[in-house]
Amino acid sequence: MAKTNIVARTGNEAMAEAMRQINPDVVAAYPITPATEIVQIFAGYVADGLVDTEFVPVESEHSAMSACIGASAAGGRCMTGTSSQGLALMAEMLYIAAGLRLPIVLADVNRALSSPINIHCDHSDTMMVRDAGWIQIFSENAQEAYDNMVQAVKIAEHAKLPVVVTTDGFIISHGMERIEIIDDAEVKRFVGEYKPENYLLNLDKPITVGALDLQDYYFEHKRQEVEAMKKASAVILEVAGEFSSKFGRSYGLFEKYKLDDADCAIVAMGSTAGTAKVVVDGLRKKGLKAGLLKLRVFRPFPKEEIADVLKNLKAIAVMDRSDSMNAQEGPLCLEVKAAMFDASAKKILLNYIYGLGGREIKLEEIEGIYNDLFEAIKGHAKDKVVYLGVRE
Amino acid sequence: MKELTEIRWHGRGGQGAKTAALLFADAALAQGLYVQAFPEYGPERMGAPVASFDRISSKPILLHSGVINPDIVIVLDPTLIDTVDVKEGIPDGGTIIINTEKSPADIKKELGISGSIKIYTVDASRISKETIGREIPNTPMLGALIKATGILDFNGMVEDTKKKLEKKFKSKPEVIEGNIKAIERAYKEVKS
Repeated sequence: MAKTNIVARTGNEAMAEAMRQINPDVVAAYPITPATEIVQIFAGYVADGLVDTEFVPVESEHSAMSACIGASAAGGRCMTGTSSQGLALMAEMLYIAAGLRLPIVLADVNRALSSPINIHCDHSDTMMVRDAGWIQIFSENAQEAYDNMVQAVKIAEHAKLPVVVTTDGFIISHGMERIEIIDDAEVKRFVGEYKPENYLLNLDKPITVGALDLQDYYFEHKRQEVEAMKKASAVILEVAGEFSSKFGRSYGLFEKYKLDDADCAIVAMGSTAGTAKVVVDGLRKKGLKAGLLKLRVFRPFPKEEIADVLKNLKAIAVMDRSDSMNAQEGPLCLEVKAAMFDASAKKILLNYIYGLGGREIKLEEIEGIYNDLFEAIKGHAKDKVVYLGVRE
Repeated sequence: MKELTEIRWHGRGGQGAKTAALLFADAALAQGLYVQAFPEYGPERMGAPVASFDRISSKPILLHSGVINPDIVIVLDPTLIDTVDVKEGIPDGGTIIINTEKSPADIKKELGISGSIKIYTVDASRISKETIGREIPNTPMLGALIKATGILDFNGMVEDTKKKLEKKFKSKPEVIEGNIKAIERAYKEVKS
């Protein structure tokens, strides 16, 4: 097994550390709370000569993504980091990065979107760009944030799609935890050298990037893009397999926690999944069969796999840390429900919108969800959509 | 040791409540424990009441909600007890350690504590002035914390803190020496 160092790091420090070890060709970024430190720490590495990266301090996030797109099209390995309004400002360019099939890696520290102005965690920013054509990987803690960044480079380059790796703002980005850092040389060996197939600076094989693509070919190119997204699941699993065999930590498209024999389960993403595991352990001690499905990969959405692991449950609660403003349900719930439609016409599937703008999510509240599920199994009617912890 | 120990630090912006929580977590990590350290993020500014938190465990810590019922509360500024409810959420048997020149009995009366909450006091402001030359009460409180709770090995913590400070204050050896002296004195002088 590869050599590792045990250190205490915040989520932001862990992500910046991964970027230092990856040593990308270009980082273009604009600082925004709570992702500022990632860029700030990395700029320090550049100034200290610890990386060979061309660092481009741009005037906005739109420019940051534009610079990454240009550099990536030229043939470079490119990374950036942002949050919330920054990701919103990038939105136009995110679609372009994906459409051009550029393997850019973006660290997004999840933060609420204005208005009202709020700097704290929820998943609205990532969810806003969920259909932009980026692979989306959520992290439970600082360790996963680090491991996901290392894997993301490889996933992006093999899937030929950009990847966003997220952490929960402040909860993970600014919380210091015990993590294992892989040896520099091992990370470099793992990510390897980037050898793009087609790139602008290849004078032997000139190409056009960003050409007009009207009625005759646009549709075919978008069809290829979604095919790449479908095939990305296999790439993600392959990279996870290699990561696990080299470094010992296992990853999949999702994690099942005491799920196989459970009567009911919560589906959640990000740091709340860790807190929910503590609740599951407590309920299991009382003899209640509670479980958890922690989704790691939101894009591509692992439809069949999720429908399969949830099919035997009597009741499911989906926790959404963002709302779709569709007057219906949260985005994760809709995806889970759509995935399960064929298999589960009569399944109890409740939705809990929680934690918007950094509202604290307590152990007791998660336990309350499981109580609702167990009562629903006994036949007591429960609200289909619950706004958890909101004052009404 | 309990499976999970939770600590809340109260201070004023600029007094080093966050740094103390990070230093303590680092020292616990060096002793093979699992740790979390995080500040409370609000509209922080110099002099305003702030809080930070530690979780220390012999097992991986999965919990990522806020600390509601801390086993240990540390107060870096004695004037905070007039404005902040420093005993909020502390269970019976919990511990409060306060930087003050007053005695534990006086503080107990002031806070209206009658149950089994243990009170420790240490004049960390005076200690830091005499050892570091400035009023920086956060590092001496690390010494008081370990004496009061026995939560970490004292010598190990001193060694680890020294290493951390050496990185931060390479060109100022007097700062490192002053901080270590402050920790050692608070360890000896904390009263119950």
